[in-house]
Amino acid sequence: MPDLVLKGKAIKLGDNISTDDIIPGRFAHLRSNLPELAKHVMEDATPGFASKVKSGDFLVAGKNFGLGSSREHAPVVIKMSGVGAILAKSAARIFFRNAINQGLPVLLCDTDKIGDGDELEINLKGGTIANLTSGITLSCSRMPPIMSVILKEGGLIPYIQKRRDFKL
Amino acid sequence: MGKTLAEKILSLKSHSEAKAGDVVVAVVDLAFVQDTTGPLTIRQFKESGFEALAKPQQTIIFLDHAAPSPAQQFSNDHILLRRFAEEMGCCIYEVGDGICHQLVAEKFANPGEIIVGADSHTVTAGALGAFATGMGSSDIAVALALGKTWFRVPESFLIDLNGVFPRGVYAKDLILYLIGQIGADGANYKALEFGGKALAKITMSQRLTIANMAVEAGAKVGLFPGDKITQDFLIEHGRGGNYKPLYPDAEANYERVIPVNLDQLEPMLSLPHTVDNVRPVTRVKGVKIQQAFIGTCTNGRLEDLAVAAEILKGKKRHPGTRLLIAPASRQVLIRAIEKGYIRSLVEAGAAILPPGCAACLGLHQGVLGDGEVCLSTANRNFKGRMGNAEAMIYLASPATAAASAIKGEITDPREFM
Repeated sequence: MPDLVLKGKAIKLGDNISTDDIIPGRFAHLRSNLPELAKHVMEDATPGFASKVKSGDFLVAGKNFGLGSSREHAPVVIKMSGVGAILAKSAARIFFRNAINQGLPVLLCDTDKIGDGDELEINLKGGTIANLTSGITLSCSRMPPIMSVILKEGGLIPYIQKRRDFKL
Repeated sequence: MGKTLAEKILSLKSHSEAKAGDVVVAVVDLAFVQDTTGPLTIRQFKESGFEALAKPQQTIIFLDHAAPSPAQQFSNDHILLRRFAEEMGCCIYEVGDGICHQLVAEKFANPGEIIVGADSHTVTAGALGAFATGMGSSDIAVALALGKTWFRVPESFLIDLNGVFPRGVYAKDLILYLIGQIGADGANYKALEFGGKALAKITMSQRLTIANMAVEAGAKVGLFPGDKITQDFLIEHGRGGNYKPLYPDAEANYERVIPVNLDQLEPMLSLPHTVDNVRPVTRVKGVKIQQAFIGTCTNGRLEDLAVAAEILKGKKRHPGTRLLIAPASRQVLIRAIEKGYIRSLVEAGAAILPPGCAACLGLHQGVLGDGEVCLSTANRNFKGRMGNAEAMIYLASPATAAASAIKGEITDPREFM
């Protein structure tokens, strides 16, 4: 289960970060070897990302984060890199659901109010983000209750292991 | 109050009165994976502790993305998928059978069904009136085991189509135009529902092209009604008995209505590196291309190859431009051989690739070099999509791709008509 309060530093990204930016299709042969695949996370969009990212950092993007393919490997490798949560103005539908299914929080908010390197404190339960650098507090849009429960369980597989069915 | 197509199907399959914004659990009629998402699906299925499929006859594995395998890792993934199919008693489509979405259309999809696939272009089957949507491996793993999944019922945009396609303008030009209008996230979480007087003349092949790219505007589904064209297609494919008429209610509530007059359209292009970066071909022509690629779940059907063959017959590709053709399925390839299209294309200098995804996603069979430009009939032109982040991808219709292959530069297909 992800901690209810997450603290970390913002890594700013632009709009329309595609699943090919996150983990290019040319590495599809590594999809059954996740540690090797994870070395290439964000390789084309932000060269050197895998060595730069620190455990607990947040990806802070513009609109339509994760557009494109249904490859769940995209949130998997982001999570493996140590990223604690993704903040974006909007997230593509399949990516959003995949990330929550992997227990990786995706929060939708006005990310223009966050700068690269800002220290953030995210309260998952309250749906708020305190920007400790600027002093501004942002609120996030709510996800459907079933997604909150899946996230709280740490992802869809732990949710299903426990419940064996969907409970609305 | 009346229902949209999305609300109708989700109501029926969730045994509830589903309205836009509701969250429902609905029965899944068909679930599938392909070879780059299937291995993770199997691992998630096993990790969940599941031992059997809810519906083995309605579970399908397609080997299409890296088929035939270009690397030992893919070969081992294929072994894993074949073993799972044997163990679970589900269907598997082998190397050379074709692209998952084309085979779902040819062999499985029916109006009013729910189809989920571990591939974003699962939306293609919306052409047949199926609520078909792409999901990740975990969601598909659970759908395989439980025979159901949860959905937020989407709000719908009505795309009201009128008029007829002018000469040289095709379904691909329409959907590129629409994505340019809506934007890559303009229909995020929504259903695109296609209606209007023009539908009676929009063939199933064209509908599949249009529905296929609904996801490029962010949409969850791209839905066509179940009408005479759907019925004829099902009869032609030996399952006419599965037809049932499916229309939205007259009083259905749409979040947006977008009218499009087909008469006003012209050949369109998507420019690098986003699909919604759309311009008319007339404003971009002259860009040199090193590769033209005709195929994919968007435009690898018989009608597409017919258009390309007609333009290329008796001509030659430009010496500086490679021409790759990948029929979408074995059936498409057989018919294209019978009708002489393959001969015309090969004589024009094309390399014919086996039915499958081919060069579309950068794994093999046409990976681009640094600084190269490809004109592709596929659905995505993201940076790095065709295996090289230093390459440029333009998207267009098969006619535009064929004309451009002859001249070696982006060309208006109407010059060859």
